[in-house]
Amino acid sequence: MFLSMNWISDFVDLSGLDKIALIKNFTLATAEVEDIIVKGGDTHGVVAAKIESVEEHPSSKKLHLLKINDGRGILIDCVCGAPNVREGMHVAFAREGGMVSGREIGRATIAGYESCGMCCSEAELGISDDHSGLMEIDESIALGTDLKQVFDIDDIVFEVDNKSLTNRPDLWGHYGIAREFAAISGRSLKPLEKTDLSKYANLPEVEVNVKDKELVFRYCAMKVDSITSKTSPVNMRIRLYYCGSRAINLLADLTNYVMMELGQPMHAFDCRKVDHVEIQRFEEPFTFRTLDGIDRRMDSTNLMITSSDVPVAIAGVMGGDASKIEDDTDSLLLESATFDGVSVRKTSTKIGLRTDASMRYEKMLDPELCETATARLLLLLLSLDPGAKVRSAFTDRYVRKYPEIKIDIDKSYIDRYTGIEISDDRVVSILKSLGFGVEIRDKTFSVSVPSWRATKDVTIKADLVEEITRIYGYDNFEVKTSLSPLRPVKAERAQTDTSRIKDILVGAHRLHEVHSYIWSDIAKDKELGIETVPNVTVINAQTPDHRYLRVSMIPTLLAFVSENKGFADDFGIFEAGHVVEGLRKDGTADERRHLGVTLYSKVCGEEELFFRARDIIDDIFATVKHVLPEYVRCDASADYAHPGNTFEIVCGGKEMGTLSVLHPRVRNLLDKRASVAFFELDLEDFSAIAPKDIRYSEPSKFPGIDIDMTFAAPIADISVRALENAARRAGGDTLSDFRIHDIYSGADGDTVTVRLTFVSNERTLSKTEIQPYTDAIVAEYAKLGYTMRA
Amino acid sequence: MKEKTEELRKKLSEMLAAAETDAAVEAIRVSFLGKKGAVAELMAELRNAADKKSAGQIINEFKTEAEQMISDAAERIKRAALDAEIRSAKKYNPDIRMNNVRGSYHPITLVSREVEAIFKSMGFTVEDYYEIVDDYKCFESLNIPKHHPARDMQDTYYLDNGQLLKTHTSAAQNAIIRKYGAPLRAIFPGRCFRNEATDACHENTFFQMEGIMIDENISISNLIYFMKTMLSEVFERDIKVRLRPGFFPFVEPGFELDINCLICGGEGCPSCKGSGWLELCPCGMIHPNVLAEGGIDTEKYTGFAFGLGLTRLAMMKYGVKDIRDFNSGNLKALSQFGSN
Repeated sequence: MFLSMNWISDFVDLSGLDKIALIKNFTLATAEVEDIIVKGGDTHGVVAAKIESVEEHPSSKKLHLLKINDGRGILIDCVCGAPNVREGMHVAFAREGGMVSGREIGRATIAGYESCGMCCSEAELGISDDHSGLMEIDESIALGTDLKQVFDIDDIVFEVDNKSLTNRPDLWGHYGIAREFAAISGRSLKPLEKTDLSKYANLPEVEVNVKDKELVFRYCAMKVDSITSKTSPVNMRIRLYYCGSRAINLLADLTNYVMMELGQPMHAFDCRKVDHVEIQRFEEPFTFRTLDGIDRRMDSTNLMITSSDVPVAIAGVMGGDASKIEDDTDSLLLESATFDGVSVRKTSTKIGLRTDASMRYEKMLDPELCETATARLLLLLLSLDPGAKVRSAFTDRYVRKYPEIKIDIDKSYIDRYTGIEISDDRVVSILKSLGFGVEIRDKTFSVSVPSWRATKDVTIKADLVEEITRIYGYDNFEVKTSLSPLRPVKAERAQTDTSRIKDILVGAHRLHEVHSYIWSDIAKDKELGIETVPNVTVINAQTPDHRYLRVSMIPTLLAFVSENKGFADDFGIFEAGHVVEGLRKDGTADERRHLGVTLYSKVCGEEELFFRARDIIDDIFATVKHVLPEYVRCDASADYAHPGNTFEIVCGGKEMGTLSVLHPRVRNLLDKRASVAFFELDLEDFSAIAPKDIRYSEPSKFPGIDIDMTFAAPIADISVRALENAARRAGGDTLSDFRIHDIYSGADGDTVTVRLTFVSNERTLSKTEIQPYTDAIVAEYAKLGYTMRA
Repeated sequence: MKEKTEELRKKLSEMLAAAETDAAVEAIRVSFLGKKGAVAELMAELRNAADKKSAGQIINEFKTEAEQMISDAAERIKRAALDAEIRSAKKYNPDIRMNNVRGSYHPITLVSREVEAIFKSMGFTVEDYYEIVDDYKCFESLNIPKHHPARDMQDTYYLDNGQLLKTHTSAAQNAIIRKYGAPLRAIFPGRCFRNEATDACHENTFFQMEGIMIDENISISNLIYFMKTMLSEVFERDIKVRLRPGFFPFVEPGFELDINCLICGGEGCPSCKGSGWLELCPCGMIHPNVLAEGGIDTEKYTGFAFGLGLTRLAMMKYGVKDIRDFNSGNLKALSQFGSN
């Protein structure tokens, strides 16, 4: 939204103040100013002048040779290409040495003739986009008058992002903005000049029937006829143009002008076509042509203004083509209404038509404004067209009023909220400057909220604190730490676990952390021959390929691996993030935090890569939880996992992830010459594991005995855990350490060599002492199917 | 006897000087100090000596001296061998790196950890929260009722089970306030989602960090202090902050917090559009309705909240120009954030 300082100055005297500084203060006190534009600074030396004579240029069809009288008593030669030149016309003339929109005006020779100065169009002067011809000046303006003295070409315009005003319906017009400037600058806001509507009370009312009481707060109407003026005065048109609008004709301009002044949208129906109205919704859908000439599909949710049940306007959005103001319109039915903001927003969103009016209604306008705006518009209309006649009483259907809001607030509450002391006088003067009523009782301020802030904006004490502090100025706040007592900080295990895992993966295993999306990418899955698992679905995904939330992180990581083949021959990536494993019983998404790790190598074989992945898992469990997980061979549930080499990661009897290598079919699509291993771990299950206590036992002062024993067993069937458990069962108290010393695949079958360490705290053990234990272990192993090799 | 020992000493000295290996020295030791060595022979001769006592003393002195000479020689040879090994050792070159692969953290992890560390040091707990939430968590509990225009600002991804992808980390406020009650200091980083087309400046998936502090006398003045302190720590310099009114339904008063432009220091430059200020994060005093939804006594407690754009912070800190790099999985980009 663009705002004009000239316009604002109609309502608050800002003379003697630095306007640019004030606008910057507006950013700090009210809403962010995006841009400040100084208008007219690059135009000067433009005066009212008369074209005394017009001659055709001998060789140009377009150019004319003019004699200009600029009031200084001599005729000036000027070559001009405008199509609307005529003898006796009064024009805007830029004298030699002047400047027009930054362009210096001098003496020049144009098509063989000398030209001194320039006749200007409105577009050239920067006061409208009309460049169809010269700007015609009213003959009452004395020749030689600097046009800046009669027209408001000089102005400072600033832009405020509409979004930063969503909560302030009162700031959608210059009068509300002026109230802010008054509060910021400490000057007073002038009362708005308007017509006294009561003097028309004896006239008949307009026929207004509010059939839909649900969506209408207030509907006001008035009739005026005998309107003869067609165009708006220059200064009004300049203001509209500077504020981003376009002058159309007097009646349309006036409704726009009052809307931009007060924030209240108004609509003018051509009274020849609409002289009575109803406000209602229709059961059946229908087509309606808005005044921009577009046919729109309306339905039962859209509130319409009708006349004898024929739709004539979409309430709060736009009028209809059939009843719009035409060039020959001389009578009007004026609408000033408040509609339900949510309904207007829904309608405007649905039909894809957001207008200056609908934007304002969305913000919950103050219904009190309806009357003010009508009175203001009449004042302007009657002053510009004194012949116009009011033909109706002010017709007011006030369906629903907002309740008056009174808030009691203690000084101590304000002090506690701000952390500083703002004096009682300052509190009162700030609130009053913003239009609030204030009474003080003891240490309590009893505040009444003005109607323009009472539609939703200011309802509680904290809202008043904001009003007080923003005008007081946040720059004036003392910056202080809180004096809250110190308390121990609770650390979330999930947080610290994940952080430690990242350190292990990055620091010890040189993996790269990546981030991706919460949804699967069906197209990318397809490229790798992976069928995307249907899951909880995003209704409004940007592409259907992204509609399913991901069940697992691995497909995303595989796609990343595929895209990074050129990065290195050997690398690994991981992501710690969220996946969704379908729905819980209560219908909510079963969201889990997962760690996904994928290793890729063209250098080492699949088995080596597999063990690298296994080592990483072991490191994670051992470092963070002081335990090692078990790996249990299982069926591959994912179609990209290797059916023969997929393992559950189990800890404390709970399955909390899978370790696998890539299915050869997927590997061939990804990279035939590479190996890929991956695992996924449920971080919530992992975090639930209580780290195993570390138990210290004093190392023996006596040497231990290492016994190596070799057993025959197919490698794939070896269970280290079973071997260790059996050894612990049968090995007696002096068995201190068990480890796999060697696994060997030879011509006569596979073997596993275990190394058992026996140690006593009391003496050096002899082999004969431990013989019974090793015999028992061999016997246990035999039961498990491991036969001893000599 | 004296002559004999002198002669032996001379001979021993010559032999040791010629010896170059441990074995040679050992052979010399045996020939002098062994059971049948020269010293043993002299001892045998002692029986015939005239002055046994002085002769014995001479032999013992020689024996001691011989032992010392031999051990010195052994030491000399050992040192020479080490010297030779050192001289012939291969010279390593630490500049040669055959395996140049280092792991890397995601830049969001790095920035998040930095900010977390600062807040932990000020007594804040770090919380994690779901990415999929319901309407109540994301909007209702935050004083954003249905049809509120604030919902227009955020294009939300809705799910077929009625839930949605959280549009802001504030969606965790209610749960965390309920979990701990007052007093409370917590930050909660998290991934957020907005349904918008992506380009160099826009992502539909990005990270924020929310922070809240609730206690009996938390004030606007405290909010400014914490924001200024935290940001000065993050950027490792004294940061000027200013508050402007900003509208967010879950805070009252609500602010946009600006910091003085890091590039020009506040003078005005293209980065800050000449204003000298950069808009950094929305914040404010927690709206009493939000506190009440969290079960907090709003007459007793006040609090502040802020939402820091972690992704934006990472872009500023590392000079990342295209926001899409973060979720690209492109290791040429991401591997630059190495472990350090």
